[in-house]
Amino acid sequence: MSLLRVENLRTYFDTRAGVMKAVDGVDLEVREGRTLGIVGESGSGKSVTALSIMRLIEKPGRILPDSHIFFEGNDLAAIPERELESLRGNRISMVFQEPMTSLNPVYTVGDQIIEAIRLHRRVSVQQARDRAVELLRLVGIPSPERRVDAFPHQMSGGMRQRVMIAMALACEPKLLIADEPTTALDVTIQAQILELLRQLRDELSMAVVLITHDLGVVAEMCDDVAVMYAGQVVERGPVESIFSDPQHPYTEALLRSIPLLGMTKAEPLTVIPGMVPSALHWPTGCRFVARCKNALDRCHREPPPLARSGSGYAACWLRESIPEGSQHGAAHR
Amino acid sequence: MNEPLLRARDVRKYFPVRSGFLQRTVAHARAVDGIDLDIRPGETLGLVGESGSGKSTLGRILVGLMTPSAGELSFEGREIAGLGGSDLRRSRRQLQFIFQDPNGSLDPRMRVGEIIGEGLHAQGAERDVRNKLVNEMLDKVGLRREAAQRYPHELSGGQRQRIGIARALVLQPKLVVADEPVSALDVSIQSQVLNLLVELKRELNLTYVFVSHNLAAVNYVSDRIAVMYLGKFVELASTEQLRRAPLHPYTRALFSAVPEPIPGRRRQSVVLKGEPPNPIDPPSGCRFRTRCPLARDVCAEREPGLTPRPGDANDHLVACHFA
Repeated sequence: MSLLRVENLRTYFDTRAGVMKAVDGVDLEVREGRTLGIVGESGSGKSVTALSIMRLIEKPGRILPDSHIFFEGNDLAAIPERELESLRGNRISMVFQEPMTSLNPVYTVGDQIIEAIRLHRRVSVQQARDRAVELLRLVGIPSPERRVDAFPHQMSGGMRQRVMIAMALACEPKLLIADEPTTALDVTIQAQILELLRQLRDELSMAVVLITHDLGVVAEMCDDVAVMYAGQVVERGPVESIFSDPQHPYTEALLRSIPLLGMTKAEPLTVIPGMVPSALHWPTGCRFVARCKNALDRCHREPPPLARSGSGYAACWLRESIPEGSQHGAAHR
Repeated sequence: MNEPLLRARDVRKYFPVRSGFLQRTVAHARAVDGIDLDIRPGETLGLVGESGSGKSTLGRILVGLMTPSAGELSFEGREIAGLGGSDLRRSRRQLQFIFQDPNGSLDPRMRVGEIIGEGLHAQGAERDVRNKLVNEMLDKVGLRREAAQRYPHELSGGQRQRIGIARALVLQPKLVVADEPVSALDVSIQSQVLNLLVELKRELNLTYVFVSHNLAAVNYVSDRIAVMYLGKFVELASTEQLRRAPLHPYTRALFSAVPEPIPGRRRQSVVLKGEPPNPIDPPSGCRFRTRCPLARDVCAEREPGLTPRPGDANDHLVACHFA
């Protein structure tokens, strides 16, 4: 069953230079208890997608009216802010990349977790505090009875990220959105946090949306993956099949451009020439066209829809079985 | 055996930790704490470790961007740690550095051509010689010659890193230390820059020290790898040896922690407990013992030296009582 379904999400930013179409027609699906990885490079729109799902987009950004974010029967793109507040931090939670900037430096971590609990649950301060200690223990913080009174700056980056996770889990959400949760951490600490997320996900049977630029993290953590490029999903489907048989040339090149542990410089890495186009002026046709070595005439003219391909969906004219003239979103119907 | 290009003996760097109203030095953080290293001509040596391991500090010391607190450093047989004046300038030219952050290391008010040519200017090269060399360098790093007239902000991150590389290589150095040269770049741009570094090394007969926390990238470019933990080498071996048979428990944990883009291949889970201790007050004996799955009493009492295992090849060094 799908827990979250995003349809035609468009989030634009009005800037002095023009309208930045950061997210421009994204379709996603997260099924209950599954983990979806959203991968992409900087500027691909993956973080804005996450923030849009939580509706944490502030001016000059705006989510366009015909965007839909279905979650447990509600369209988060349409419901009033008050209703959304009762969901945020409760049914859906989010963990951010840099825990230091998302924790309040003048309150103890305990106070912040207590606040998160009492926002959604009618419990006494003492009960909330007990729960905070329990959560800190759950996320593997040593001597939680003592650390509950610590300030964020008294903790290491890894510990702060654990606190953020504890806070996000305070109300046992059905969906956890983690935006580059380990990018700021060292690799051995990253391994600890990923292990922790995996454990908690299974214990609490949450669904997770994991946003990352690291294909290794996706391979290790996710059931499904959506590859974003230039504000759109260019390919999505089960991790195993997309990694072994990528359908979109961008996915394929990306997978070949990263060195594996056993590789030596005798085998040159695949290079994706050029760079990502600007969100102010996306190309008319396929947005990857300028960097694609097999681009056809059609690719310059017409944007390819996300259509069934392999075991998932891909937006590429080079794949057959796409009817001429079919337009965006056809994949869903 | 060839003479080493650069030789470091017992190199240390202690940073004072100041505190209180008078900012008295109350302790020292031992960022680099007794490193012996021979860099062979023509090799690429990878320096890996996590934040606080001292890898970047060591990299800076090797090219003279930082003075060591103690120890000896010689380049082509000549002592360079205490050099000044023209001697320093001469050896500096041979030792160049590529910075991680191409944005912070390029002067935004200078044109690209001036940035690349600045070192040549300092060497006293005439303008037309400078221009010629700058243009050649732009060709080599895959930028158009027109880029010389641009300012750094007009270029992308990948292009700026190419400028950083051009600036380092235009002086025809022998040794180049690259500190996380691809870490600030997007995945699709990283491979462009890695390939470029490999090509240029071959073409210009360079010797590299490649400093990074990105193990896959270090593995890819390096002939040998030194693994650092809290200011010391814990293992030094050829890339092949290290990948096939890592000996130090930290090396093993580090390599098994790298998430590989191969679904279904779950790590054989050497998940380390805890976090690195504070370099101001490192543990007695072996510094890794507080997180080590093999640690016993002797590890707290005696510090293991960086030595070959008995009966093993002499070029695989490890600092562990039980490896």
